Amino acid sequence: MLDFPRWKQLWFWFIALSACAAALPSICSVAGLPWPSALPAPKISLGLDLAGGSHLLLEANPAQVASQRLEAMEERVRSKLRQTGKVRIGDISNRDGALSFMVEDPTQIDAAREAILPLTNGVKLTGARDWDIKVVDGTRFVLTPTKEGIDQAIAEAMDTATEVVRKRIDALGTREPTIIRQGQDRIVVQVPGLKDPTALKELLGKTAKLEFKLVDTTALASDVARGIAPPGDEIVPFAAGANGAQAGALAVKRLGGIKGDRLTDAKASQDSRSNQPVVSITFDQDGGARFAKLTTENVNHPFAIILDGKVLSAPNINEPILGGQAQISGSFTTESATQLAISLRSGALPVDLKVVEERTVGPDLGADSIRKGMVAMAVGTLLVVLFMGVTYGRFGLYANAAVIINVLMILGVMAVMNTTLTLPGIAGFVLTIGAAVDANVLINERIREERKRGRRVFQAVELGYKEASRTIFDANITHIIAAVLMFEFGSGPVKGFAVVLMIGIVTSVFTAVALTRMWVAGWLRRARPTEIVI
Amino acid sequence: MRLLKLIPDNTNIRFLRWQWPTTIVSALLMIASWVLVFTHGLNLGVDFVGGQMIRVTFTQSAEAPVAQLRGEIERLGYGEPVIQTFGAPNAVSIRLRLPAGSDKNTGLAEAMAKRITATVHAAHPDARVDGVDSVSGKVSQELGVTAVKALGLACIAIAIYIWWRFEWQFGVGALFSLLHDVTLVMGLFAVTQMEFDLTIVAAVLTVIGYSLNDTIVVYDRIRENLKKFRRMPLPELLDLSVNETLARTVVTSGTMLITLISLMLLGPKVIFGFSAALILGIFVCTYSSIYQAAPMLIWLKVTGNSFVPSETPLERQERIAREGALP
Repeated sequence: MLDFPRWKQLWFWFIALSACAAALPSICSVAGLPWPSALPAPKISLGLDLAGGSHLLLEANPAQVASQRLEAMEERVRSKLRQTGKVRIGDISNRDGALSFMVEDPTQIDAAREAILPLTNGVKLTGARDWDIKVVDGTRFVLTPTKEGIDQAIAEAMDTATEVVRKRIDALGTREPTIIRQGQDRIVVQVPGLKDPTALKELLGKTAKLEFKLVDTTALASDVARGIAPPGDEIVPFAAGANGAQAGALAVKRLGGIKGDRLTDAKASQDSRSNQPVVSITFDQDGGARFAKLTTENVNHPFAIILDGKVLSAPNINEPILGGQAQISGSFTTESATQLAISLRSGALPVDLKVVEERTVGPDLGADSIRKGMVAMAVGTLLVVLFMGVTYGRFGLYANAAVIINVLMILGVMAVMNTTLTLPGIAGFVLTIGAAVDANVLINERIREERKRGRRVFQAVELGYKEASRTIFDANITHIIAAVLMFEFGSGPVKGFAVVLMIGIVTSVFTAVALTRMWVAGWLRRARPTEIVI
Repeated sequence: MRLLKLIPDNTNIRFLRWQWPTTIVSALLMIASWVLVFTHGLNLGVDFVGGQMIRVTFTQSAEAPVAQLRGEIERLGYGEPVIQTFGAPNAVSIRLRLPAGSDKNTGLAEAMAKRITATVHAAHPDARVDGVDSVSGKVSQELGVTAVKALGLACIAIAIYIWWRFEWQFGVGALFSLLHDVTLVMGLFAVTQMEFDLTIVAAVLTVIGYSLNDTIVVYDRIRENLKKFRRMPLPELLDLSVNETLARTVVTSGTMLITLISLMLLGPKVIFGFSAALILGIFVCTYSSIYQAAPMLIWLKVTGNSFVPSETPLERQERIAREGALP
């Protein structure tokens, strides 16, 4: 038991020193010392609660995806049946999550079914159908989305949304954001070092669905004010401050507009005449052609620029706009124009995102936490070291050396595994220092006991390590169980605590049991004491 | 050199003499804790009830204008905020729960955070927002469910482990002393109305781990002594085991307390409640490993024979070698 072959000694030292060495780059960076760039530099990253930054949990509403899909299906069915020829339909409704319509001539049922069928096939090669077709009462088609179809649509919408979120955050110029999809309908966004997340939230909260629709100038103002839309129209309210100081709404034509997803660029600029901030947009080829057509056909007619269901402005078309470029005016400030430009460049979100959880820590609070955490750790370590020294003498010093190596090893392992240090993680460190000496306390108390029972020094030490090892093993397993569950169920900072505990348990068993035994054995062999102070 | 011995050699305290009074005290404390938790309730943080926790420092003021701030935020109509100074006299934490019945409104928490920070910035140009925790009703419910799940699973997993490593009586005893420790920590939070949030759940999980650690050390010694002294009456044997491990129990609790107290007093204010939970947890664990875990074994009728079949051939050899006698 106290026999340590040379290879084992070398092996132990190798493990301990290489883990400690891995901690050096992190320590140098905290202390502000340079680290030679030629050497590898694994570093512990600081959590948002220490470095400062924002953690946002965004949630989409899956029902919105489903209803948008239903609307799109309505468009597709209409245009498909129009193309196929003379199938006339009526009484279209998309209530209760299903699309239904009547075929006016019952003999055309089969023709209609054949035309619609290709629209209902799954996009993926699973063979699963996206929509179920049913004919009720002989003339009414009911298209019900299948679960697979909806799930697929939500997954696609979330993928696109994640991509759009990434583009918008990149446009803010922040460093190293983390953007991860979570579950079916959530996206986690972590942006370190952000002083004020307001701009970020504004940016992510905007769907940025831009539309150009013709204003129905024939609508009665009294109807519009009461929210009654003339046939084929819809009522769209003005954005705050867009219609002078007064609120209001506008009747616009539902069909025949242009969507703003056909842009190649969007820039914030200034109107050359009024010096007001505006957003200049450039359409892609197809969009430019449509825009030219719309403006050519409707000269001297107002059209509404609608963003996320609110009218920004409704300028008059003075002349055809042919170059594929346009200016969006509204009551912008320079900031809001810049934001809108970013949102338009990154594309519209396929689904609205809401912030359901926010955790923001300012850099000052984070720095304060690090400083105070370090002080607490230093004082705690010092006191434990003193306490162990006066309680166990030489054996206490071995335990102390083990504790210090333990701290370095935890840092090293964390750096290599690229884990994140959080504020509860610092608390985990402090706790680990207190708990790590437990193994040595168990061993040393056992040695004391065996000596009291009259065993000789060698035998007492040997028995002490052996008997205590079993207890140490059992006791640490329970800690591991608790830590694993914490890691599994905890959120960010708590996970950081669990990580430090788990690594700490493993390294502390190594340092407190294996390393001290090697040192004690070495000393016993060299000094051959017949009496020990313990 | 004379070393410090917190527990003198040959200490022989007859702990079990106090078995009944301490059991009664423990039972009363546990009942009181549960009653308090259910009547008084825990002061659940925004993690579990949803709402805002916003920390603000007034950089140009010596003292935070708490009363003025309370009025300004109350006027927003979300309810009455809890405003406390936090760490320094010119820093405050503003806590505001979601208004009742707004669980379904997912956007509300975020809207509240936005209006509150805007209001504070507008009225106090020197205000620096140090932190925002904003949790919507849905997320807070999920966090609550996972917390309860984690605590429940931890208890069950650890009881199974002990049952497997020891005898069933030990598993029951360990689970009971664990319940005792967790209950009293909850009781502390009900009495002091300190905020109970996610980090406190982590602290309670740590207490569970530590409670078991303590119990196992005592049980391990009891198991060893049961094998060694077959004839010794159980109460005497338990006293012996507790006394033998007493020095370790005290020293380890001591080192843990040293580090935790320095964390509570010198560490960042954000983890004050976390350290407080752990400190109480360690006191309670130390006490329960002596007074709850051990006497439970008498009631559950552990005997020396409980371990005869579980002695492996290797252990048998070792025992023979140690006792130096042939069977």
